[in-house]
Amino acid sequence: MTSLTTAPGAGSTSARPPRPARRSRTGTSRLEPWVYLLPAAAILVGLLGYPLYQLVVTSFYDYRQANVTGGAPLEFLGLGNYAQLFGDAKFWTVLLNTTVFAAGCVVATLALGSALAVLATRVSRWVRSVLFLAALGAWATPAMTGSAVWLFLFDPTLGLVNKTLVNVGLSGFAGHSWTAEKWPAFALVGAEVVWCSFPFVLVTVYAGILAIPSELLEAARLDGASMPRIARSIMVPMLRPIIIIVTIQSIIWDFKVFTQIYVMTNGGGIGGQNLVLNVYSYQQAFASNLYGLGSAIGVVMTLLLLGVTLVYLRLLRRSGEVL
Amino acid sequence: MSTSITAGMPDAGASVGRGTSPSAVRGTGSPDAEVTTARGGTGAAGARRRRAWKNPGSNAVALLVALVVAFPLYWMVLSALRPQAAIDAGDATLFTTDLTLDSFVRVLTVNDFGRFFLNSLVVALAVVVLSTICAFLASVALTRYRFRSRTTLLVIVLIAQMVPIEALTIPLFFLFRNMGASVPAIGLNQLGSLVLVHLAFSIPFAIWMLRGFVAAVPVELEEAARIDGAKSFRFVRSILFPLVFPGVVAVSVFSFISTWNDFLFAKTFIISAQENQTLPLAILTFFKDDQNDWGAIMAGSVIMTVPVLIFFVLVQRHLVSGLAGAVKG
Repeated sequence: MTSLTTAPGAGSTSARPPRPARRSRTGTSRLEPWVYLLPAAAILVGLLGYPLYQLVVTSFYDYRQANVTGGAPLEFLGLGNYAQLFGDAKFWTVLLNTTVFAAGCVVATLALGSALAVLATRVSRWVRSVLFLAALGAWATPAMTGSAVWLFLFDPTLGLVNKTLVNVGLSGFAGHSWTAEKWPAFALVGAEVVWCSFPFVLVTVYAGILAIPSELLEAARLDGASMPRIARSIMVPMLRPIIIIVTIQSIIWDFKVFTQIYVMTNGGGIGGQNLVLNVYSYQQAFASNLYGLGSAIGVVMTLLLLGVTLVYLRLLRRSGEVL
Repeated sequence: MSTSITAGMPDAGASVGRGTSPSAVRGTGSPDAEVTTARGGTGAAGARRRRAWKNPGSNAVALLVALVVAFPLYWMVLSALRPQAAIDAGDATLFTTDLTLDSFVRVLTVNDFGRFFLNSLVVALAVVVLSTICAFLASVALTRYRFRSRTTLLVIVLIAQMVPIEALTIPLFFLFRNMGASVPAIGLNQLGSLVLVHLAFSIPFAIWMLRGFVAAVPVELEEAARIDGAKSFRFVRSILFPLVFPGVVAVSVFSFISTWNDFLFAKTFIISAQENQTLPLAILTFFKDDQNDWGAIMAGSVIMTVPVLIFFVLVQRHLVSGLAGAVKG
């Protein structure tokens, strides 16, 4: 990580003339940036840094309701919570759930978003407006209300989807519950997640496509390149940085979906079949009062996402981002 | 400059991102660059339009997709306006003129939804104002001054906004529980706890995003202001702040939306104080084990969704015009 400090030097010096260096000679202005930083720093240290530290500490203790109220002394477990966690088949199932669910959401979001971005470059202006307006609507919808309306659409008895399926002759869907079984429930939640996150990919990739010089595409077209060929040989390479960023962004985001799972599967599904790490940690802590174990799950999740973040930082550095 | 949604939206949208990270902005280059590139070259647009005529199929597909994407929202509004009796009877017709505001009235009077709306609004606005001030000042420090630990701090900011906030629920719960013992206004069950927690989550991203806007203001302006006798803070307040206002607006939207949408912390922190619930929890109470009150759920959802929609649409315009103005100088 230290190499980050040296890598992007060229960009930042050209953007910033040497004047500030001169200014830092006077005593007051050397303090100035720290004064400006103070409010943000105080909040971040107190409400982000300290809790992060506490999370790790708590994960080493057997911390239950009795310990919270002071009725029982704290017992230091060391890595005991982790041992319990990794020895529990349930944890591995939840981890697998989380990974498969997140991977499915990421792939579907990227495929849909990118396909629509390409489509958006090939339609009339007013059609594009309509498409973007609809996407903006889905994007703006809060997770809570999006979950509510999707759940209503797929309601066993009153939902439009089942009624329509019955009307077209699939009478087996009368009263069919989409959330009773594990993977259909995940698929339904995933559909909602993709619905409200593909617009992000759509607009970002669309902006990226517009930024490709039109002469380049024109030339390829004149040379007789087919549309798939242009996509593969010009668009994909040029969009690579953008695609990497939206992918990582989607991974980070879909890995920690909470609201949709909690609301649509009623807190993790029947018998906990739809638990993901996030909800699992929450349930262990606040439903079972196993705060130490819940914290250990939180630490695992943080480390996994930190791994993704490091990949992200490396890719940023490679693409010459200026820090 | 064009005000059509097509021209404006991609830039604004790309900058609006998904609320958890700056990459939406950074991914498409610097904010000002986007506007010029997206708007550049009528020749390219003309070529696209000409191609479009050759692809009536593409138009049809795009319209169909738009219809499907927008449908849940339409269904939300329609169901909120459908009489409760019709919903309970399983009426799922795609269109009806038999509409009523009963569900809204029920939600607002019986369930005191107005109060929860106000709670959500107070929390979100407090977060927007405070986080913008903190983040703006911090981004000034991190872009317009050179000091030794500057780059380290930037990396910390970047990592801070990647921290999965959901994982911190447990320590934060105890932190606010303890703080509430000495300062009741920021303890559990109080709106203050929600403001503080979202402040902490909004600031890293806001700093990261505002950084680009602040750095884009030419140093010559600062020189000129200094020659004219403006003190440093005066420059920051009366010249820098107005100039980066479009960026401030964009950042505000992020903070507003992520706070407004929060479900996890509202659920964890507001345990027993019914009167301090926010909208997501209020909607959740309509879900019953025996029979969900779908009319109320949909009406509540409309009430919660509309402000965000308005925000998105408003900002998309504001952001684009503001940026275009800044670029043209």
